Amino acid sequence: MTIIVCIKQVPARESHLRPAGGWVEEADLSYEINEPDAFALEEGLRLKEQHGGETVVLSAGPARVVQTIREALAKGADRAIHLEHENPRAFSPLETARFMADAIAGEKPDLVLTGLQSDDLGYGHTGVILAELLGLPHATIVMQVEVRDGALRVKRELEGGWFQHVEMPLPALLTIQSGIGALRYATLMGIKKARTKEIRRVPLEAGPGDAGFQVERVSLPARSKATRLFDGSPQEAAAQLVEKLKFEARVL
Amino acid sequence: MSILAVLEQRAGAWNRVSFETLAAAQQLGEELGREVSAAVAGAGLENLASELGGHRLGRGYAVDHPLLENYTADGYTLALGQLIERIKPFLVLFPHTYQARDFAPKLATRSGRVLLSDAIGHRVENGGLVMVRQFFQGKINADLRFAGEPPYFASLQAGAYRADRLAPGSCPVETFRPELEAAQIRTRPLEVFREAETTVDLGSAERIVSVGRGIREADNLPMVQKLAEALGAELAASRPICDNGWLPMERQVGSSGQTVSPKLYLAVGISGAIQHLVGMKGSKTIVAINKDPEAPIFEVADYGIVGDLFQVVPALVEELEKRK
Ligand SMILES: Cc1cc2nc3c(=O)[nH]c(=O)nc-3n(C[C@H](O)[C@H](O)[C@H](O)COP(=O)(O)OP(=O)(O)OC[C@H]3O[C@@H](n4cnc5c(N)ncnc54)[C@H](O)[C@@H]3O)c2cc1C
Repeated sequence: MTIIVCIKQVPARESHLRPAGGWVEEADLSYEINEPDAFALEEGLRLKEQHGGETVVLSAGPARVVQTIREALAKGADRAIHLEHENPRAFSPLETARFMADAIAGEKPDLVLTGLQSDDLGYGHTGVILAELLGLPHATIVMQVEVRDGALRVKRELEGGWFQHVEMPLPALLTIQSGIGALRYATLMGIKKARTKEIRRVPLEAGPGDAGFQVERVSLPARSKATRLFDGSPQEAAAQLVEKLKFEARVL
Repeated sequence: MSILAVLEQRAGAWNRVSFETLAAAQQLGEELGREVSAAVAGAGLENLASELGGHRLGRGYAVDHPLLENYTADGYTLALGQLIERIKPFLVLFPHTYQARDFAPKLATRSGRVLLSDAIGHRVENGGLVMVRQFFQGKINADLRFAGEPPYFASLQAGAYRADRLAPGSCPVETFRPELEAAQIRTRPLEVFREAETTVDLGSAERIVSVGRGIREADNLPMVQKLAEALGAELAASRPICDNGWLPMERQVGSSGQTVSPKLYLAVGISGAIQHLVGMKGSKTIVAINKDPEAPIFEVADYGIVGDLFQVVPALVEELEKRK
């Protein structure tokens, strides 16, 4: 099987976010792989081990995403495609997906995996847009994948602890939910091997900008609730909190 | 050009969050001076169609076809795409449910548009529509404006609009029969199920101590367990803790776990992503312990301690034991 895994580099989870210049101050940020994409990669590597073939990672973004690509190669991906542009925000989500779809179609994959959403923008739509552009059947928020006789049977997560199995033919696209399997670490050997693996660089030209929406202004969320905060040493804060829980909230 | 609310049903029962979307559509319709319509897709929709007729709308559409009996992205996209093609709405609204996540981006793409997903509100400024949504898991707010020509597509976060604002009334309901063929539907959905019976019922717990990724590793859990014992509370967790297998999934609180409303919910090292908040924001008293004063959990917390949980939690245990 040829499996494409789309991975996105996003600001690290504990980044300090400050609105600036119509977005957030980027000088403050460090980056890491989007968490659900790490699980999509894990599933892509597992399926390759089971069924043979190749796992190819695809990432769109500026030069810095090469770091995330290398980490994926070190974990066992065979090669990579880097859709490169210094300003990813110059593209609408649909434009980015079009470029991704073009690159993916050229690989004639059996399976395309993405994370179910990104932790930065959180639109949760790139996988589904790709499926539509590529003409593939899809399932979202997937927690288990089985390939049987050239077809797929997946377990979709639904709300409130419910699940559903869905079957579909290959080729197909799946968006993967965090927790689908335990994440592997890169081995020293893997890190060494990654240095020689191919990263095909595809420079992107910013398009005309197509119908979508524009981010007009960003801000820190205004707090509407007055939270009673307790300061002082941990002991002092703890004592005040217990006092309030007992005599004000009366929940102890 | 109207505002079209796409409502959700399963096996003939409404998904209640649909009424929030309907109320939002009514509100937007009023503010923008546009007609409001609503659609529901399925098979054999007579009952739901007549209920749809009991709302203050320009028109209701029952998108009815035997191939829509069970939800599929292919079926819904084709059927609703045909309705959109016919009525040419200005704005199409969905509740931001798992189902909408699965097909709404596809439907928007088919119209050459992008879904503005998970909006939490809107404003009308000089006759123009500004949508509000959050980035970075609730840590940044943003105003967005649709670009290009309508139709526009947006989905609304659960809880962002109030279903009790829904205006009653009446409207004609039209049965819309899309053209569908079995071969166009490529996925086969099977039965919906739950995992093995749960053994803890967090729903009836009076107090809950819930732990998140701030705990760093499984070996640190006993510290929080101690706090739960000192408070006479059940132990629960955010999703990453259960994903890692540190606690069983039945202890997960949130949109894909349990919904709880105890007297006391104490969140330790939990950031407060919306998928977690929806599962616990109905709690009577909420306490957050987090080192980040800007963590979204403080938005719902009554009491809070900004600090290192590795110092605060033992201090709390000590204080509780002292008072016994
Ligand atoms: C479809 C879908 C369904 C989901 N369902 C659920 C669900 O049911 N339940 C759920 O919980 N999540 C769910 N999620 C995941 C959710 O989006 C968040 O990723 C998750 O809730 C984050 O968990 P967390 O707060 O524990 O971790 P993080 O977001 O990583 O937060 C950790 C927090 O700990 C704090 N911290 C770190 N160290 C310390 C310290 N030493 N002292 C004090 N504080 C510290 C940090 O400041 C941070 O705020 C779902 C996501 C999706 C997309």
